[in-house]
Amino acid sequence: MKRIKSLFIANRGEIAVRIIRACRELGVASVQAYSEADSESLAVKLADKSVCVGAAPSKESYLNQKVLIEAAKASGADAIHPGYGFLSENAEFAEECEKAGLIYVGPQASVIRLMGDKAAARRLASEAGVPITMGSPDPIKSAEEAVETGKRIGYPLLVKAAAGGGGRGMRVVSQESELKESIERAAAEASAAFGSDALYIEKYLSPVRHVEVQVIGDGKNIVHLGERDCTIQRRHQKLVEESPSPALTPQLRERLTASAVALARHVGYRSAGTLEYIVDAAKQEFYFIEMNTRIQVEHPVTEMLTGFDLVKMQIRIADGEPLPIAQNDVRFSGHVIECRINAEDPEKGFMPRPGVLSEYSMPSGPGVRVDSHAYPGYKLPPHYDSLIAKLLVWGSDREEALSRMQRALGEFQIVGVPTTIEFHKRLVGEPDFVAGDVHTRYVKEQMWAGHPTQHML
Amino acid sequence: MADTKVISEVTGSIWKVLVAVGDSVEADTPVILVESMKMEIPVLAPDAGVVAEVLVAVGDPVSEGQAVITLKT
Repeated sequence: MKRIKSLFIANRGEIAVRIIRACRELGVASVQAYSEADSESLAVKLADKSVCVGAAPSKESYLNQKVLIEAAKASGADAIHPGYGFLSENAEFAEECEKAGLIYVGPQASVIRLMGDKAAARRLASEAGVPITMGSPDPIKSAEEAVETGKRIGYPLLVKAAAGGGGRGMRVVSQESELKESIERAAAEASAAFGSDALYIEKYLSPVRHVEVQVIGDGKNIVHLGERDCTIQRRHQKLVEESPSPALTPQLRERLTASAVALARHVGYRSAGTLEYIVDAAKQEFYFIEMNTRIQVEHPVTEMLTGFDLVKMQIRIADGEPLPIAQNDVRFSGHVIECRINAEDPEKGFMPRPGVLSEYSMPSGPGVRVDSHAYPGYKLPPHYDSLIAKLLVWGSDREEALSRMQRALGEFQIVGVPTTIEFHKRLVGEPDFVAGDVHTRYVKEQMWAGHPTQHML
Repeated sequence: MADTKVISEVTGSIWKVLVAVGDSVEADTPVILVESMKMEIPVLAPDAGVVAEVLVAVGDPVSEGQAVITLKT
């Protein structure tokens, strides 16, 4: 490593632990930022140094740009890794880091800004020849314009906050009579949650799958590292990811991954990024949704399938090294599935539940990887997301991966909070899932059909 | 008329107070939104009644099992 000797981690939880591990293997010192709620976190225990950056609420700590940058500078770090969530897709933060003389481990601020604006991202996708869903190319300016767009593309349609993401700021409108009120409420919500009331409208397709493509680049060279199928969701948030997607033909995969590389190349992408698509498997069509300009929760799926370490690659690229691989160096082996183990009660509509993990024992054995920040006695704070662990399995084929996942889920012991473990056991045994015959509303509409909490999903 | 305590089932912080003293509420309608683990979780009135007391304010921390509203039912 030429420039990065010490890396400041402006994040928490399992991804902070993941970044510390990458640092250690690279011989880079790690400096962990933590809030008052995270002083007992595994990341703090593992890091070479740690710095308290504020109170438990995220806006006073993990979202506090000024304090984070000052703490990074004071610690002697050369670089900042933003992880995912928090400030990881905040162009201003990337700029401020660079202004302060800190290397930002991620893409160029200008690219973060472009891709963070959904309307701009759709326009760029069109320019690169990537198919997008039918809808308004730019944010809608009035309720009348929305009604006209609705007439043109048909119902149901999706009203989305331009600045939203991760399933937040979206609303399905099934008929014209609901449109005006939905727009008003969505604008108010978007304004409160994201600081911008810009909305756009697109055709709502169903049933569809959610498939994304991992790319990595150094600003000049770009490769894709295959897809991840993230169709199993609740509340528009992912629960399971796998690769290869059981729904893609080789031809469709070729078109999908080529389109991702085309768009990433169009913006001169640097670092790891993910392009999200909806896939209509029946029609063998796909549509670009958005690009995530950061490392993602589910990146280990790709790591296990390809053997590459994406976080180390990100740091090396930030250090100024060229992308170490060309497309024909990328080999895909076997099948990988990831289940998100969350502190949520599926029987209560996946309601999250913070608490103390009085018992915690992770599975291991052949083909198993667990990325987690949890340990026995760990207290999950209520201030942050409900992720406890990512359980991944590799199998020589999907069948082996499924049976291995069922075995690993059976070994996972967590006492003290409800978890999604039993949900995953059920899912992995569902004939539709085993057959790869699912869509993004499968959990809500099939598995939770008739359940009293179905409306919560 | 009896006093009924409306309980938050989850630890978190008060995101929104949806009712004021004197409001009539139906059973199973949300009276408070608690934010926990980045999710908004509604606290529902267990019975129909009139809001007698609001025991929390926006931003307050709340624990599992804590009363947030008193209803005259």
